[in-house]
Amino acid sequence: MIALLAFYLFAAVTITSAVLVVFARNPVHSVLWLILAFFNAAGLMLLAGAEFIAMLLVIVYVGAVAVLFLFVVMMLDIDFSQLRSGLTRNLPFGLLIALVLLAEIIIASTAHRAGPVLASAASAPPVRTVPNIEALGTELYSRYLLPFELAGLILLVAMIGAIVLTHRSRGDSRGQNANRQIGRRPEDAVKNLQPKVGEGMQL
Amino acid sequence: MIGLNHYLTVSAVLFVIGVLGIFLNRRNVILMLMAIELLLLAVNINLVAFSAFLGDMKGQIFAMFVLTVAAAEAAIGLAILVIFFRRRGTIAVDAADRMRG
Repeated sequence: MIALLAFYLFAAVTITSAVLVVFARNPVHSVLWLILAFFNAAGLMLLAGAEFIAMLLVIVYVGAVAVLFLFVVMMLDIDFSQLRSGLTRNLPFGLLIALVLLAEIIIASTAHRAGPVLASAASAPPVRTVPNIEALGTELYSRYLLPFELAGLILLVAMIGAIVLTHRSRGDSRGQNANRQIGRRPEDAVKNLQPKVGEGMQL
Repeated sequence: MIGLNHYLTVSAVLFVIGVLGIFLNRRNVILMLMAIELLLLAVNINLVAFSAFLGDMKGQIFAMFVLTVAAAEAAIGLAILVIFFRRRGTIAVDAADRMRG
């Protein structure tokens, strides 16, 4: 009973906040609604028994991606009201596309329910013997080791790409000059003097 | 009792909202990227639901890979957005016509 209630709560909040992501006037509000949608989707996944993916969703999406969006929205000085001018013009076409897509999905799911498909055979989920994270780790580090490493490589490439794209060398920044550092000799830097007592010295 | 169909319905509605977002905000690239994140979230819910109801871990593993690629895509997309804004002073999609595509 409580699971049913939680499911409908999470589903309703997810869909409502997704609608508000699309229709919010202020992009900052859009990002905040996106965060809410991610949180509730994580709740949905928690109800399905995928604890690790749910936590990953909170950490990666809310903690990194949404904050990145928030930074970019706040960093760029954009007149957003001018960007919304195409909304009413695109509304009929967008609604048409969305309705066609929804109808297709409904037709596909009813067709799937009518025929003998593999997915409907397993109506009852098998009993879980090991925790979710343990099962995931066992699969990930044995059979899916290569894709896992490739995913890490993709992240590395994305990181390098983002840095290379956004980095710009400013003229007034005082960076390290390796040639000057290496070319410097002790003779240039240190001088031995023996000044007489009481005469002072000229630098 | 909650079945597979409940999850699939939620993810289908989420996907359609994401597609609608892409078509409505044809000028604002940030909102388009957010709509793409919504699409990938719908895909992830689908994968996790099938994984849970079939008792197979493959769905969750692929959900993790989708998550990875989504994070990389957001980082690269926003980086391109930042340099685009530096060059043109706007993020409208129709301003990206330098290549006459």
